[in-house]
Amino acid sequence: MIAQLASRLLQAIPVLLVVGFLSFAIFTYVGDPVSIMLGQNATPAMRIAMRHALGLDQPFLVQYWRFMARAIHFNFGLSYRLALPVSQLLLQRLPATTELVMTSAVLALAVGLPLGVYTGIRPNGFVSRSIMAGSLVGVSLPTFLLGILLILFFSVLLGWLPSFGRGHVVDFAHWSTGFLTVSGLRSLILPSITLGLFQMTLIMRLVRTEMLEVLRSDYIKFARARGLAPRVIYFGHALRNTLVPVITIVGLQIGGLIGFSIVTETVFQWPGMGLLLVQSIQNADIPVMSAYLLLIAVVFVVINLIVDILYYVVDPRLRVGR
Amino acid sequence: MSAAMRAPAGEHAALLEVRDLRVEFPTRRGVLRALDGVGFTIARGEVLGVVGESGAGKSLTGAAIIGLLEPPGRIAGGEIRLDGTRIDNLPQRAMRQVRGKRIGAIFQDPLTTLNPLLSIGRQLIETIRTHLPLSEGEARERAIRWLEEVGIPAARQRIDAYPHEFSGGMRQRVVIALALCAEPELVVADEPTTALDVSIQAQIIALLKRLAAEHGTAVMLVTHDMGVIAETCDRVAVMYAGRIAEIGPVREVVKHPSHPYTVGLMGSIPALDRKVARLTQIDGAMPRLSAIPSGCAFNPRCPKAMAVCREAKPELRPAGATLAACHLYGAAHV
Repeated sequence: MIAQLASRLLQAIPVLLVVGFLSFAIFTYVGDPVSIMLGQNATPAMRIAMRHALGLDQPFLVQYWRFMARAIHFNFGLSYRLALPVSQLLLQRLPATTELVMTSAVLALAVGLPLGVYTGIRPNGFVSRSIMAGSLVGVSLPTFLLGILLILFFSVLLGWLPSFGRGHVVDFAHWSTGFLTVSGLRSLILPSITLGLFQMTLIMRLVRTEMLEVLRSDYIKFARARGLAPRVIYFGHALRNTLVPVITIVGLQIGGLIGFSIVTETVFQWPGMGLLLVQSIQNADIPVMSAYLLLIAVVFVVINLIVDILYYVVDPRLRVGR
Repeated sequence: MSAAMRAPAGEHAALLEVRDLRVEFPTRRGVLRALDGVGFTIARGEVLGVVGESGAGKSLTGAAIIGLLEPPGRIAGGEIRLDGTRIDNLPQRAMRQVRGKRIGAIFQDPLTTLNPLLSIGRQLIETIRTHLPLSEGEARERAIRWLEEVGIPAARQRIDAYPHEFSGGMRQRVVIALALCAEPELVVADEPTTALDVSIQAQIIALLKRLAAEHGTAVMLVTHDMGVIAETCDRVAVMYAGRIAEIGPVREVVKHPSHPYTVGLMGSIPALDRKVARLTQIDGAMPRLSAIPSGCAFNPRCPKAMAVCREAKPELRPAGATLAACHLYGAAHV
């Protein structure tokens, strides 16, 4: 088990190198930060001086090497736009995104899993059919539209919930949390629903499909033939067997949540990393974009690692040998 | 064992009594009748074999008895009595107390009947505790005893192992332990050896036979292996197209079959002690449920078919030492 985890970690290194290379390579050729920073009226001399100061006159490989070497120390240079260390910018924005993504993921799981089990157990009931029909909305409604509709109803028309920002946040060392204040929690409701609804319906439909499949299996029939209670059969026997694919998808989806959070954060002006990325793209702020991409790659690698560990926990067949 | 005949509608105190059982599958193109008036009894401690071709309704009869017909299949008529009490119309909750506790079940493929994610001990203990008022520790001891009884070596060490750590034959032993651990009065064994290696089959059948005898458990053994039937059963029921064609003591059915279908079936089995030039075969195939011929379902394949066979369904009537559903025996009153 430990050996396998170590090999997984080793496999992650080339992945990160390649992602680092790609992100750096692509962004080096996209946009011209110098003209953006200096404006239209800069003299050629000013441009050359700026290029030199930013290290942009160095050969490509040298720039890449410097970038990766600094990245290991979490040093991504200065933001072209804000002239602040990128790592500091990201760390400032990290809590907002993490709290939003975690709340959405918990929401999606807490609602999606039971609904999936229910609709899987009673596939033909009226309630199940209604839920399934409703879930189509969740699957097909684009995030930005859902966010705008929610703002329209709950903020503009009803005035119940704030339409943007995080509300009051409390600082713990470097972490600012919105979980501890009423306005922070109220601010979290609409964005997390917006971000989580798609994942929720996806998890629900996945669990339902898996449940239908598993409930047809011989071991469920045998469990019934032994007179076990339905609760034991559904949750002790069936749900457990649906978990491997569910864990896979949920793991990938948490990565997806971080990705989708770009849209949600923009709609709700949520001061997270997604919003930072959008602002950076608009300003061709290469260091921020590169660092963001690398960070997302790290997040995916970590999530995959957690998913692999969970496989071992759930499925005893994976524990022996390979 | 008693080879005495039991009249299907008799007042004899049979453990299991199935009377005029009809099972139907509603489909878009009409209702398919998969079982059509099946009736038989099983006495306490008796082993009844049920043979027939695929699709004859053997497994379906077993599924109906344990109340686990796959929807949309449903019991459309007749009754099933266990120890005199009807069990075919019990509510789910009451039927759960019958399944596992009073009627055990063994399925065909031990590779798929055990939950892969739960240890065999967990599965045994939860089954035992569902039916018997035992503590976790007592149930565990009982589980270990059962594993020893079905011949799992080092049961105490292996109780926490998972199904994939056992071979097919060992898994079927675990399945048998699971079916018997609450000491049911009847076990429905649906082709318990079909998925196993030939070398293992005899062991599993011998184990089942021994345990049933020791615990006084009646067995309904569904199989298409006549060898297993001849070796294991007291009586045998031969099924064809959702009906019982012939039923009687194994020796009589094997040596002196009455129904032309049984005759054909026996003629198609190779015997080691006899030299025959050629095994006979029954021409044609069993009809699909959607196209069962009128009268006796066997009439298109029957070498002795008469006019009446195409008109009236034969009922089970005494034919020699067995009961046969054939117009050759007894007056056919149409």
